Amino acid sequence: MSDHDTDDTLEDLPLEALPLDPWHRARGARMVPFAGYEMPIQYEGIVAEHTWTRESAGLFDVSHMGQLVLSGEGLDAAVEAVLPIDLSTLKPGAQRYSLLLDEDGGVLDDLMVSRLADGSLYLVVNGATKWDDIGTLREALPDDITLNHLDEHALLALQGPKAVDALARHVPDAAALTFMKFGQFTLAGHPVQIARAGYTGEDGFEISLPAEAAAEIADLLCAEPEVKPIGLGARDSLRLEAGLPLYGHDLSPETSPIEAGLIFGINKRRRTEGGFPGADRINREIAEGTGRKWVGLRIEGRLPAREGAEVFVGSDKVGIVTSGGFSPTLGAPIAMAYVAAAHAATGTALEVEVRGKRLAATVSPTPFVPHRYHRGN
Amino acid sequence: MPRYYTDEHEWIDVEDDIATVGITDYAQGQLGDIVFVELPEVGAMIEQGKDAAVVESVKAASDVYAPITGEVTETNSALEDDPSLVNSAPEDGGWFFKMTIADAGELDKLMDEDGYKAFVESL
Repeated sequence: MSDHDTDDTLEDLPLEALPLDPWHRARGARMVPFAGYEMPIQYEGIVAEHTWTRESAGLFDVSHMGQLVLSGEGLDAAVEAVLPIDLSTLKPGAQRYSLLLDEDGGVLDDLMVSRLADGSLYLVVNGATKWDDIGTLREALPDDITLNHLDEHALLALQGPKAVDALARHVPDAAALTFMKFGQFTLAGHPVQIARAGYTGEDGFEISLPAEAAAEIADLLCAEPEVKPIGLGARDSLRLEAGLPLYGHDLSPETSPIEAGLIFGINKRRRTEGGFPGADRINREIAEGTGRKWVGLRIEGRLPAREGAEVFVGSDKVGIVTSGGFSPTLGAPIAMAYVAAAHAATGTALEVEVRGKRLAATVSPTPFVPHRYHRGN
Repeated sequence: MPRYYTDEHEWIDVEDDIATVGITDYAQGQLGDIVFVELPEVGAMIEQGKDAAVVESVKAASDVYAPITGEVTETNSALEDDPSLVNSAPEDGGWFFKMTIADAGELDKLMDEDGYKAFVESL
């Protein structure tokens, strides 16, 4: 046997261990290289872990992601020159999705930006891109801005409809957060920062905590009857069902956020004002549309179409799959693909080629499985 | 009925001049939840060490190589409706295909059950 797919290995670098490495191994995780680290791909099995997260709550170790804090005089103006975000409307305790773009409007990374109580900004960036991101930000930001890499912090995501029940037993006040809000709390005596957000489409939380407390807090949360540890495999199938892009697959310097349907990542004031990398292209694409669009595909039968599979209308190649797999919730293959705008309307019949076979596919609305975020009343 | 194993985690049962091929319990555990099995066509000639089938798990597609050379005589149609048989009964109801044995000498180089067990423990 041999896998067709390769993981996101930074092949030249030795793999590093994350704070919870022994914790995962003690729980029977299968570890694989990902983003330069050894990470748990699964514990009991991807489908069981996927379903458990949809029905109860899963604990994900996402400590490979980069946690950065930006602070200093003139912070907002400096950051707005780099990110297409409107910081005038980002209040303390709020989190927002943003994009790191190159001068041509290609995506260097997607990230979360949160406003801390003291006015500084807390960023969560992708693991595989964090070193490049730090370089890009350091180069683009003036010397007055301090960039602090929280490399002694771990990041845990607690996701699922019962995540709030499990967490509230330890941090009652966290239950009052709504989607994309965060705050500082104490968990088992440790200072933590908790955001009500995630990457599964479910309600849930992301908990930033000191690395030395990670094993204790992971044990505490997994001792709750609702919670099991969940690996990267289910994280990927959950985010695919939720229609969320994965950097390096669905997003890259070769894709623009407008093609990807991420216009909400370009905040409204910035669309007219510009003044961020790639603004010319982004604003042109907003006005004129894009030649291709990132769409969901439902695929007939059981054979999954994966990243790299080509999309056809008759003999014409009209697109390419960027993420695809088997949806445990739907019991059918699903995929995300960039397709020519003329063939991107919901309901359009397409074909996807897998190992020389044409599979019938239909452009489908996303998310494939409805989001269940806690937006409050 | 002798059973042979390959270092690619396939098993081969030989009865008269027909071999039944599947993947081992260890292999299915490594692959995880199997959602699709692409089997060779009946009548296809397959060559030892070359692609014979593809197993799709939730995570990835994996090649299954022909353990010996021969002609495919039958495939397990039960896998079309229920590919998870490969997870639940990998060395029994989850067999992949049956084939002729072009060169019985190829079998001699494969492992027996004890040899395979030791091989898996060494991984």
